[in-house]
Amino acid sequence: MSPDYIVTIGLEVHVHLDTKTKLFCSCPNITGGEPNTRICPVCTGQPGALPVFNERVLFQAVLAALAINCRINHRSIFARKQYFYPDMPTNYQITQHELPIAEKGHLGGTGINRLHIEEDAGKLIHTGGSSLVDLNRASAPLIEIVTEPEITSPQEAGDFLRNLRQILRYAGVSDCDMEKGSMRCDANISLRKNQDDPLGVKSELKNLNSFRSVEMALDYEILRQSEILSSGGEVIQETRLWDEDSLRTKGMRTKEESDDYRFFSDPDLPPLLVGEDFVEEVATYLPEMPDARKNRFVTEFGLSEYDAGVLTQEKDTADYFEEALKVCGLKQSKMLASWLSVEVAGQLNALGVSMSDNPVKPAHLGSLVREISQGNVSGTMAKDIFAEMFETGFSPENIIEKKGLKQINSEDEINAFCEKVLKDNPDLVEKYLDGKHGVLGAMVGQVMKESRGQANPKKVNETLRRLIEKFQ
Amino acid sequence: MIKKILKKVNSDGAFSLVKQVSAQVLESQEKYNSYITLTLDRASKRAQEIDSLLNAGKNPGPLAGIPVALKDNLLYSGEKMTCGSKILENYFSPYTGTAVEKLEEAGAIVIGKTNMDEFAMGSSGETSYFGPTKNPLHPDRVPGGSSSGSAAAVASGDVPIALGSDTGGSVRQPASFCGVCGLRPTYGRISRYGLSALASSIDQIGVLASSVEDTALVYSLISGHDPKDSTSLNEKGYELSDSIEEGVKGLKIGIPKEYMGETLHSEIRERILEISNKLVSAGAEVKEISLPSLEQALATYYIIAPAEISSNLARYDGVRYGFRAPEAQTLEEMYIESRTQGFGPEVKRRILLGTSILSSGNYESYYLKALKVRSMIKKEFEKIFSSIDLIFSPTTPTPPFKFGEVKDPMEMSMADSYTIPSSLAGLPAMSVPVGSIEKNLPVGAQLIGGTFSEPTIFRCARFMEKIYES
Ligand SMILES: [Zn+2]
Repeated sequence: MSPDYIVTIGLEVHVHLDTKTKLFCSCPNITGGEPNTRICPVCTGQPGALPVFNERVLFQAVLAALAINCRINHRSIFARKQYFYPDMPTNYQITQHELPIAEKGHLGGTGINRLHIEEDAGKLIHTGGSSLVDLNRASAPLIEIVTEPEITSPQEAGDFLRNLRQILRYAGVSDCDMEKGSMRCDANISLRKNQDDPLGVKSELKNLNSFRSVEMALDYEILRQSEILSSGGEVIQETRLWDEDSLRTKGMRTKEESDDYRFFSDPDLPPLLVGEDFVEEVATYLPEMPDARKNRFVTEFGLSEYDAGVLTQEKDTADYFEEALKVCGLKQSKMLASWLSVEVAGQLNALGVSMSDNPVKPAHLGSLVREISQGNVSGTMAKDIFAEMFETGFSPENIIEKKGLKQINSEDEINAFCEKVLKDNPDLVEKYLDGKHGVLGAMVGQVMKESRGQANPKKVNETLRRLIEKFQ
Repeated sequence: MIKKILKKVNSDGAFSLVKQVSAQVLESQEKYNSYITLTLDRASKRAQEIDSLLNAGKNPGPLAGIPVALKDNLLYSGEKMTCGSKILENYFSPYTGTAVEKLEEAGAIVIGKTNMDEFAMGSSGETSYFGPTKNPLHPDRVPGGSSSGSAAAVASGDVPIALGSDTGGSVRQPASFCGVCGLRPTYGRISRYGLSALASSIDQIGVLASSVEDTALVYSLISGHDPKDSTSLNEKGYELSDSIEEGVKGLKIGIPKEYMGETLHSEIRERILEISNKLVSAGAEVKEISLPSLEQALATYYIIAPAEISSNLARYDGVRYGFRAPEAQTLEEMYIESRTQGFGPEVKRRILLGTSILSSGNYESYYLKALKVRSMIKKEFEKIFSSIDLIFSPTTPTPPFKFGEVKDPMEMSMADSYTIPSSLAGLPAMSVPVGSIEKNLPVGAQLIGGTFSEPTIFRCARFMEKIYES
């Protein structure tokens, strides 16, 4: 995009951790809901209320840190970051400043500078002429992940975020939904002429609500900064807001106006001590990561790169696949892959349901595929059975049994169906005898209809031919 | 005192007692302004509940029917909690703090919230938005502070016990000025949950009482680990025993020469030496010791405390509760006007000081340095307590002064100079009344011990109390 300048990007990503309760109180950690219904003396900053650290947050934070290869600090400190804002009940945010829980990791080719734990703020609701404060989200647990300033393009930034999202979802620490705000990203970007030059003056981009807006805002900023620099101007250090409507960044405040946060360690919270034993235990909860799993799906299950990629995109899908495969057997991996990524995913998408809420149990999908592969169920029947499975959650065996849908293979029964169809359709028989063998298809269709789709089509085909020969 | 009242409750019932106490409280409120809020109706109802338990043959607890007063920086659900400030004039506690809850569980009856220096900043009770409290022993003199009303409520005989809070000496100094006992326990022994924070790393809830025995009893009931306070020590609470009557034989006691210097009132010095002789006669070993960091301790305190104060008091902004300047148009005006009008001058002085101390540029040269000195002071005390059991000193360098007599904030802070060092070190300390001097002014003796040494402190305090019991 800008061959004249070297682009340097650093990201600061906030991730809302999935825990039952908030970071420093026992209020439920659920976003949304009636305003101010999930609050208590602690998260509303009442006098005399004290924060108590939620140990589950430690587990999730360490798990996230290990997933992005960070070093865990065995002693970290909670600090107060002080600024006045109405969504911050105590007018200080409890965060980690000098000693974060984890440092020095990497993801893909990008270095991670640090990962620390901090509390979320509430939300302001602006109504005509006044502003209201909703503290449901106040003191919800967050981790902030700060990359090294070594990302070189907007595309790379987007890839990093997508990768991070996938990994953290795999680890089960967060759903990382940028639209819902459970993943938020600020981006720092600067330009310089030569590799040997010091980093240029950066701007900090905020209000980036999707991966796409991260990339677009960075693209825009490269353009804006390079125009300033090429015309001999100077970029000023400032915070800029991405405006989704005008597709531009807009200056918010310059560095000189920025706050002195007066950090100091929080006297209400002792240092956070993390033993090596604990770290080792958490590590055992770290699942196989997406890349490794994809490779295994190719080598172990004989799937194509593409299928393996689709199936391992989300951990829930990959887990589901492996569960189902146990039932239908390794040889059916491709058929299972197609059923899962076409039929199941199609139905789920149409209804807007996630894989974890899939009404069809993995073992049930596995046995359906097994029934197909053993010739007990035709492709068409399978689709009907699946529709029923999706609706009722019953097993395929159960549905086949109940509806009498089992394939008819008995020669006597098939003979009877075929004879009836030949008798009822003398015109078709005549055409066939005239050499128009194409009408056989129509006759097979009639038999299938008569047998409510249960007759084995291959056998019907053979039987019809045999019976017609007799007419000659 | 508590034992006497318990007998009365058993014979006449708690309701009748509360009725008597109510009459006295209303009268003493007129005279001394010891309270900001009275909870007499609620107290009557509680008394009836306790009576019905007693009548049913049940035990309502070791403090059944005992009237108590709470410093108005302690949260007591449904009642006003002002911290002696305009900014919280109409704030109602949404919950009850741990120590108060434990008192109520033991059967105590809260009769009111006591007056105090605004946000516990002061040593005379004069900075309260609700007017000063008078010293019941000498109504022309200050009761000390910041737990001014709690000390006065005990001194006037309204209640046998009251809770206060002690940061730099706010329980011990008013106890000394009002001639009552005042305990500041080891940091982390009494949960701070439900105590409005001043300087979190130094604040402790303390007990003001009319006798050492009552102090120990109440302390045993409200101390102990609380999961709601992360700085609360993970230890069982103090257990009451007969050891307070064991005397001082064999105790090693040190008197710091720095506490006996020029600024000490001469009659107080004589009193300390008199007690020292009695200690020796009773078999204690008394020697002069040195606490060289006394001066640094004051400087350190006046850096660390304001820093934490500036942060802890940031929440009083008019957004969610408390005073909001009605004329403010913008958010910034709301913050500035609410805080300018809501806080008194002493509070503003310390907030500004603390804000400046934590600002980049000052943080390292003041705050970080103060933290280092603080740990040095802790070590100094540790070393001292490796060879002696208790430090013995006056609680204050002067007897209670007259209203308006001390105007300079620096001079006022001298009233806490003997109590601050042990506060910084998180050590337990107690002021015990040891008679009076010229003009019948009360004197308090301070006993400081190592971590968890409260039983030894009580023992020695009881010995001294007995000497001057009239
Ligand atoms: Zn809460």
